[in-house]
Amino acid sequence: MNTPISRRTFLKGSMAATGLTIAVSITPFGFKLLHAQDKGKEALAAFKPSAWMEITPDNQVTIYVGNSEMGQGILTALPMIIADELDADWERVQVRQGGALEAFKNPILHFQLTVASASVRGFYEPLRNMGAAGRAMLIQAAAQTWKVPENECVAGMNKVKHAKSGQELTYGQVCLTAAKLAMPEKPVLKTESQFTYMGKPMPRVDIPEKVSGKGVFGFDVDLPGLHYAVIARPPAYGAKPVSHDEKAAMAVKGVKKVIPMPMGIGVCAETIEAALAGRGALKAQWGPGVIPEMDNAYVEKSLMEDLDKAAAVVRNEGDVKATLAKASKKLSATYFVPYIAHATMEPMNCTAHVQQDRCDLWVPTQGQTVAQIVAGKVAGIPPENVTVHTTFLGCGLGRRARPDFIAEAVIASKALGQPVKLVWTREEDFKYDAFRAATAQRIEAGLDDQGRMTAWSQEVVCPSILKDIAPQVVKNGIDFYSLWGLADYPGSQHNNNIMYEIPHFYVDFLISQLPIPVCPWRSVQNAPNAFVIECFMDEMAHLAGKDPLKFRLELLQNKKRATRVLETVAEKAGWGKQMPKGRGLGIAQHSCFGTYVAQVADVSVGSDGKIKVNRVVAAVDCGPVVNPDPLVAQVEGAITMALSTALKEEIMFAKGGVASSNFDDYDVIRMSEVPDIEVHVIKSNDKIGGIGEPGVPPTAPAVANAVFNAVGARVRRIPLTPRRVLAAMKS
Amino acid sequence: MNENSNDASLPGNRVRGLFFEGSRVSKRQTKEKEGMMVKLTVNGKDYQLDVPLDTSLLWVIRDNLKLTGTKYACGIGECGSCTVHVDGKAERSCGISVGEVQGKKITTIEGLPEDHPVKKAWVKEQVVQCGYCQPGLIMQVAALISSTPKPQADQVIASMDDFICRCGTHHRVKRGIQSAIETVGKEGLKS
Repeated sequence: MNTPISRRTFLKGSMAATGLTIAVSITPFGFKLLHAQDKGKEALAAFKPSAWMEITPDNQVTIYVGNSEMGQGILTALPMIIADELDADWERVQVRQGGALEAFKNPILHFQLTVASASVRGFYEPLRNMGAAGRAMLIQAAAQTWKVPENECVAGMNKVKHAKSGQELTYGQVCLTAAKLAMPEKPVLKTESQFTYMGKPMPRVDIPEKVSGKGVFGFDVDLPGLHYAVIARPPAYGAKPVSHDEKAAMAVKGVKKVIPMPMGIGVCAETIEAALAGRGALKAQWGPGVIPEMDNAYVEKSLMEDLDKAAAVVRNEGDVKATLAKASKKLSATYFVPYIAHATMEPMNCTAHVQQDRCDLWVPTQGQTVAQIVAGKVAGIPPENVTVHTTFLGCGLGRRARPDFIAEAVIASKALGQPVKLVWTREEDFKYDAFRAATAQRIEAGLDDQGRMTAWSQEVVCPSILKDIAPQVVKNGIDFYSLWGLADYPGSQHNNNIMYEIPHFYVDFLISQLPIPVCPWRSVQNAPNAFVIECFMDEMAHLAGKDPLKFRLELLQNKKRATRVLETVAEKAGWGKQMPKGRGLGIAQHSCFGTYVAQVADVSVGSDGKIKVNRVVAAVDCGPVVNPDPLVAQVEGAITMALSTALKEEIMFAKGGVASSNFDDYDVIRMSEVPDIEVHVIKSNDKIGGIGEPGVPPTAPAVANAVFNAVGARVRRIPLTPRRVLAAMKS
Repeated sequence: MNENSNDASLPGNRVRGLFFEGSRVSKRQTKEKEGMMVKLTVNGKDYQLDVPLDTSLLWVIRDNLKLTGTKYACGIGECGSCTVHVDGKAERSCGISVGEVQGKKITTIEGLPEDHPVKKAWVKEQVVQCGYCQPGLIMQVAALISSTPKPQADQVIASMDDFICRCGTHHRVKRGIQSAIETVGKEGLKS
């Protein structure tokens, strides 16, 4: 783990005149470059860089980025963009994870937050410009030194060369001269054929230390005087504490303090085991939850019944009602997707040290800016006095953008007056997760006499994703995060609208009021919504008597990129070929976060309803590719995770709370269930898209559609358990 | 409705595994004898530790010996993230007490040589994503390869069903196993 740097280091050290330093600040309206030499300290602080690079006399290039590394390879991809334009020698590039300066603000998200597959797509242009500006200044400095024209000099591998005289200078040798030059207003970017790193597979910089066991995750943080805290939490949503035995907990050897908190009763101790023993000794008793009888049947019934209530109209184009009334053929169906857990391999944890006027956090988080705000509020200090040291994240998946565990650690450290590592057990991680939102949807569509789709109506019931985090964004009863994949908010840069062009189109939406917390889960609601859209699209294709691929293409005539991924995947997977009995192919496409993905699943279904996925083929168009190998790994991982949700995952509720508790009662995909996965990345110069999430949405519908093609069973609900598949086979 | 008892439904108090069983933890404290030291051999080094005999090996490795490559993820032996070698055999350290492994040779991910074919294969094939579960996976594969005279990739893969990875690296884990076995076939395995 690279040592994170503090705000102070940044202002005093890094950007001082020790070499050539260029920073980039990215705003919603574009980006600005800053040449450190030009400015005083105050201007630097006000600049709020999003990333920066230093070229120092030891001929090293150090690149600081603020995005969280959770396995997506961002600590490699972002520096590759800079190093390429800079013509740096990768062996001389060091990558550091910047601390939580107010600085690291993601251009699309407007603050430091690693979500929405936004890192590469947001930083691509700004970082290219930053690298190119540096290269131009280094060339100019060398040319001045040699008194030769700049256009006779070329840069490469941390050097500037003058071919005519055979002279060369390293970046280290010219960086101090370059630092005194003016920065070009509009740096000249390379053409694609000039790229040295981008588009070629570069080994990820974080893998060696992770393989050696030395990578530091949040759970691994150690500090002098570190204490541990765990929390006794209510077993049902909204349950209030009735009693607990503080004396018994304090009597446990190593227990230091019992702290009542808004979320439960905290126990601080010298070791994790003592904290847990102390928590057991508390024998905390709780009152009933807000819905004591809530179980899975209750949850499903509640969401289904909400479909009959008045809802907010989200889209209403043409005249759906009249078109459906005169349709040659029409069909309606109801779909359901359950709550599922994030279950990141590293359970939630945060180490906090609150001192008089400052607070330090060592935390695996996707949201450093939110962490500062929350920790500052709890500690009673301004957010800028909170320093966030980002560790590696043992999976993020969206869960780590939520700051609940950070607040808990700060409360505990403040109460104890010591650094405290607040940990969640795996059981807590399941029971107190904010899940991927469940959804119930009723959908109806009609065909004209040519079998063309003319009208589509989709009613959506789903909890609000943003109501807790950003209630101001939920307007007129509409939360677009819950609708992503079907409809996106006006002015969104995420491109999460439905791709199909259907002349008469209607969507309405109602927020479910169930007390179950939800938050984004890899691809947010794109995946549940794509399951409904893509399965129903298949149903309509069969109703029209058309091939599901051709039927889709008819509705994508102006959608070049969506068409291309569908055509590519169909060709690679052998779409249309004859399959043996009990085996079938299924197709689905979805685009989100600017990236287009289509997949074909090849499945066998046994007479017992058990599904075996033999192969998944994917075609991806994400525009320019920075680091192709981790990109493919992201899609492979997304497909694997989505298969897990398609086949196995569902959170169980009982007695008003969560019944699922660990991997023995919440099973996820295992090695023998993972099929061959083939990822085809389309060469594309279209606008760059994200890659962490878009692989997820097409998988579950592709599998469900393949099951239909294999055995004629249409299952409108995941997970596709043998019991459900068998029931559908029999009906 | 009835009041819900913390004992019954909260994590940390279920009767399984060493780590989270409240009653057993308190029993352990009464059983503890003054001055009894636990002797452990980890990565070739001998340690004497003042901890109760039924302390979980996982937490002793992590918090007493500061070898944090061995991960806590489920605490009930379901996921494999805490896998270490005990006398060369892959074991889940969360379910083993230090008393059970006194006098045995324990190896953690940090003690597996950096040039071990499995570690090298994991870098070569870029298997890792977030990396949290990987030390356990690597230890399991390393033990299987060294205990099988002629390891076959299919065999090794088939024995990996009791591991959990949430990033979905399974596809590459298979490639990593294949690559490690090829290396062992060519170069043999230094022990």
